[in-house]
Amino acid sequence: MAIKYTEDHEWVLVEGNIATVGITDYAQNALGDIVFVETPDVGHSVDKGEDCAVVESVKTASDVFAPLTGEITEGNAALEDEPELVNSSPEGDGWFFKMSIGDEAELENLLDEAAYKEFCEGLD
Amino acid sequence: MSDDLKTTPLHALHIELGGKMVPFAGYDMPVQYPLGVKKEHLHTREACGLFDVSHMGQALLKGDDVQDAIETLTPSDIKGLAQNGIRYSLLMNDEGGIRDDFMVTNRGDHLYLVVNAACKEADYAHIAANLPNHTLEILEDRALLALQGPKAAEVLNRFAPGVDQLIFMQMGEYDIAGIPCLVSRSGYTGEDGYEISVPNDKAEDLARKLLGEAEVEAIGLGARDSLRLEVGLCLYGSDLDTTTSPIEGSLNWAVGKRRRIDGGFPGHDVVMKHLAEGVSRKRVGIKPLGRAPARAHTEVADKDGNIIGEITSGGFGPSFEGPVAMGYVKTEFAKIGTEIDLIIRGKAVAAEIAKLPFVPQRYYKG
Repeated sequence: MAIKYTEDHEWVLVEGNIATVGITDYAQNALGDIVFVETPDVGHSVDKGEDCAVVESVKTASDVFAPLTGEITEGNAALEDEPELVNSSPEGDGWFFKMSIGDEAELENLLDEAAYKEFCEGLD
Repeated sequence: MSDDLKTTPLHALHIELGGKMVPFAGYDMPVQYPLGVKKEHLHTREACGLFDVSHMGQALLKGDDVQDAIETLTPSDIKGLAQNGIRYSLLMNDEGGIRDDFMVTNRGDHLYLVVNAACKEADYAHIAANLPNHTLEILEDRALLALQGPKAAEVLNRFAPGVDQLIFMQMGEYDIAGIPCLVSRSGYTGEDGYEISVPNDKAEDLARKLLGEAEVEAIGLGARDSLRLEVGLCLYGSDLDTTTSPIEGSLNWAVGKRRRIDGGFPGHDVVMKHLAEGVSRKRVGIKPLGRAPARAHTEVADKDGNIIGEITSGGFGPSFEGPVAMGYVKTEFAKIGTEIDLIIRGKAVAAEIAKLPFVPQRYYKG
């Protein structure tokens, strides 16, 4: 399954009933050097659009939003000691959390790569 | 860029260098360059950084007994300042609060002043109104560059032989690569370095020459802020304002010994009361014990959950390799090592009162 995107600059990789979520390369670039990431607690239920993680760069703190409704199944423990993974591998080792997918219909509202790219170009 | 933002003589150069421009104190200024805030910060501590601080105000105060005159507005000992000596000083209000912090250089028959960008119009009006028998000459035709870091003296000496003879908080006139400049061995990063007042029409030329040296990188306001925070220096408007006294601000050293006795500055009674009786709140260093940075306006609580103060500057210290902050707490909690909590996103996060600076200051004192 291809990676999907939100207009809040999260990426979502769907594998079965589990979605892996992180922030996009565009987002990490805009934020600059990441110094701290707070991931959500496992078992926490989230609604689509709810703020559920925090990413702090040298200059500012930003919320990360749940791209879907569901339940958090895992947080990326590696980010606790190495938040800079978000800069070096935003769409790989720098993932934030995994969640179960509560409502598959919501997947339809996510952007594909081309649409997200176009959305970002509109922001510059 | 918004139309009502002012620019410095280096504006085109900032754009050319890929500076990310943001509004700051009415100016369109580079917050960072492609290197990024963290690397810019570390480069300044390891080698040398060039900062455009032309948005700050430069002025000359002229007239008879000008040292006496400025002492009616500040608590510093300016009369005790040697020729070409520089002093960090405070413009005071009658309530003992701080209108601005600024640098005063004793140029013998006049004073050279550097004031904060956001306060400069108010400062000029205040000085002019209170010293009607003196002339305040605002140097609109001069830019200000800061060259900071352990390599600053070596680099600048290539262009201006002898400039390495200045010591911290001393000024001299030098031709730098043929450009007549006023050079101060001072800065606001905690490192050795210089502030260079240069004619506007030569500023870009000078900046390009300095940036042409292998040790020098252009550094933005983001790193300037983290550098000054790590070494415990106050940012006016965040850590100091019209409601804080120098004693609350832990700037007792900025109130001259002679001035404590003789007085003659606004708010002397409040400052003396604070010195004699102590203050109810004090500026302290605050070290968050986890990795989460605590930003300005974060509430500080005691271990029972009572709010005892607020962070006024906070962020991540790249050289300290962790979060750093300063702020005001009730004096009974100001002792170094006191355990406190910071309320970050609604949760109590452990922190402690820490000694300032977080990173040692490395000024050149001869």
